[in-house]
Amino acid sequence: MENQKGLFSVEVVSNVEISKGIFLLSVKRIHDFKAGQVIALTVNDGITPRLYSICSGEEDELLSILYNIVPEGELTRLMRMIKKGDTIKISTPFGNFLGTDDSAYWIAAGTGLAPFYAMFKSARTDNKYLIHGGRILESFYFQDELMKELRSRYVRCCSQQSGEGVYEGRLTNYLREKAEFPLDHKYYLCGSSEMVVQTRDILLSKNVPFENIIAEIYF
Amino acid sequence: MKERLLGKTLSELEEIVISLGLKKFVAKQIADWLYKKNISNIIEMRNLAKNTRELLSEKYEFGLTAHQSVQVSIDGTKKYLFPAGKNQYIESAYIPDERLEGKSRATLCVSSQVGCKMGCLFCMTAKQGFQAQLSSGEILNQIRSLPEKDKLSNIVYMGMGEPFDNLDNVLRSVEILTADWGFAMSPKRITVSTIGMIPGMIKFLEKSEAHLAVSLHSPFEEERKKLMPIENVYRLPKVLNAIKNMDWSGQRRISFEYIMFKGVNDTEKHIKELLKILNGFKCRINLLKFHPIPDSPLESSDMRTMEWFRDQLKAKGVMTTIRASRGEDIFAACGLLSTKELVKRKTNNDF
Ligand SMILES: Cc1cc2nc3c(=O)[nH]c(=O)nc-3n(C[C@H](O)[C@H](O)[C@H](O)COP(=O)(O)OP(=O)(O)OC[C@H]3O[C@@H](n4cnc5c(N)ncnc54)[C@H](O)[C@@H]3O)c2cc1C
Ligand code: SF4
Repeated sequence: MENQKGLFSVEVVSNVEISKGIFLLSVKRIHDFKAGQVIALTVNDGITPRLYSICSGEEDELLSILYNIVPEGELTRLMRMIKKGDTIKISTPFGNFLGTDDSAYWIAAGTGLAPFYAMFKSARTDNKYLIHGGRILESFYFQDELMKELRSRYVRCCSQQSGEGVYEGRLTNYLREKAEFPLDHKYYLCGSSEMVVQTRDILLSKNVPFENIIAEIYF
Repeated sequence: MKERLLGKTLSELEEIVISLGLKKFVAKQIADWLYKKNISNIIEMRNLAKNTRELLSEKYEFGLTAHQSVQVSIDGTKKYLFPAGKNQYIESAYIPDERLEGKSRATLCVSSQVGCKMGCLFCMTAKQGFQAQLSSGEILNQIRSLPEKDKLSNIVYMGMGEPFDNLDNVLRSVEILTADWGFAMSPKRITVSTIGMIPGMIKFLEKSEAHLAVSLHSPFEEERKKLMPIENVYRLPKVLNAIKNMDWSGQRRISFEYIMFKGVNDTEKHIKELLKILNGFKCRINLLKFHPIPDSPLESSDMRTMEWFRDQLKAKGVMTTIRASRGEDIFAACGLLSTKELVKRKTNNDF
């Protein structure tokens, strides 16, 4: 049912803590969407909706989002308490950060992985590279699935812990050290504004044309 | 730290005086001192009883913060740096305009945030990231503490930050600027500039009468995306639609800002598309020269191209001006000064 603000009530199917402080929330899918799009979400009319990237495939039965609990965050503080069967309010999917069939690098920090996971589940992946930065080893959500398909095209950068097969250091350090970036590929970035601005500057310094860099900022 | 009174609306001041056991009308007297008179201290509020002033001073301060430095351009433009929070600075640009003889006109360009989250490719403020929201008091302090404050005729929210990412404080500051009990400025003298954050923009249009400026920079979505990440969230056609759906019958004006980048957005194709998407809008387009920032892949169009671009649009009936570039010797780029001053905050936003 749609209310005046263009939000729909939907039933929550699950809300699971998949890693410390990180939740995957799933609802019944009531709209079609394109991988990379976002929804506005809130738990009640008194709280301004916030935006979340859709983190599930275009053909999946459920629509999921991946979110982290922000200390003292007005909405995420309440979101963590949502249970199966509760209703929440979401908008129709919107936004233009869309995947394409072009050869591309997906560069994500933290929950910035979400739109790429949706693209991963929805589109061609054999010409995609994924570089994911996280603070701890637990930050690499869906790693088994991603590894299986992307293999050496999947890079994990961990800034605070070390682990097998994981680059030890910040995502930006990895990018700085990496010798070459194909200049004809597209570069999709997703994360905080700090991450996006720094990553974009590194890519530009490696001669990637700005026209090939597309960013989604979790402002 | 004491709470600052500057930036409080009349109803907030009323709550304060009532909570202190004072009469409600005292709020109006305080507002008068804050927004209409030239004092800087609660103790100077002479029509308040001495013990009232003392009572107020226990919890509150007047709230003025003087500028930390100023750079003066040969053309009279001044760039003020105001402290805002610990080790944080914001810029305000004072732009006198002597062209209108007799009547002096001056514009102040104020900041609405310390830093910015929006990551526009061409912007220096974007590089320092987001530091903090400005309170309504900190926004108004840029005006109230300006040495030239009595000469100001126009206020534009075009400094650091995206105003609608700090909507409540921006709305409160506009309310105080325009209210009879406040600065009593006409809303026609105030312009708030956005990159197109639709939800905040709609609320602003509903709640205030000030003018709106929208940063366009390209009529093509795919191109605009690469200059302004916001395009991925709030697409230009939706921004324009939202604007069209509001009431523009009154005095309020809409303008579009267009920074001209050489070989990127300054071609015939762009003129055609601009005419197409702005068809039906009663608006003005302001063309701006790009002030290069370090390591930027972008360059400014040259003046000849800008004039050609303007003339083409004007010939088709779109009011178009090239915004005079002021203070070029001191404005390497908006945001540069404060970025230099910035002591990088310790961040745990590791990635
Ligand atoms: C296009 C878009 C897509 C987004 N997609 C996602 C997504 O897929 N998953 C997701 O988790 N979030 C996403 N976000 C961020 C999300 O919209 C909220 O801002 C976030 O969940 C915080 O909401 P809150 O109400 O809990 O915190 P608020 O009460 O709004 O914020 C509290 C404080 O925390 C700061 N803050 C905000 N976000 C963070 C953060 N991530 N880490 C640390 N501090 C923060 C704020 O600046 C503020 O000072 C997206 C944002 C945008 C614009
Ligand atoms: S241009 Fe404005 S909105 Fe964009 S990054 Fe700079 S200050 Fe922020």
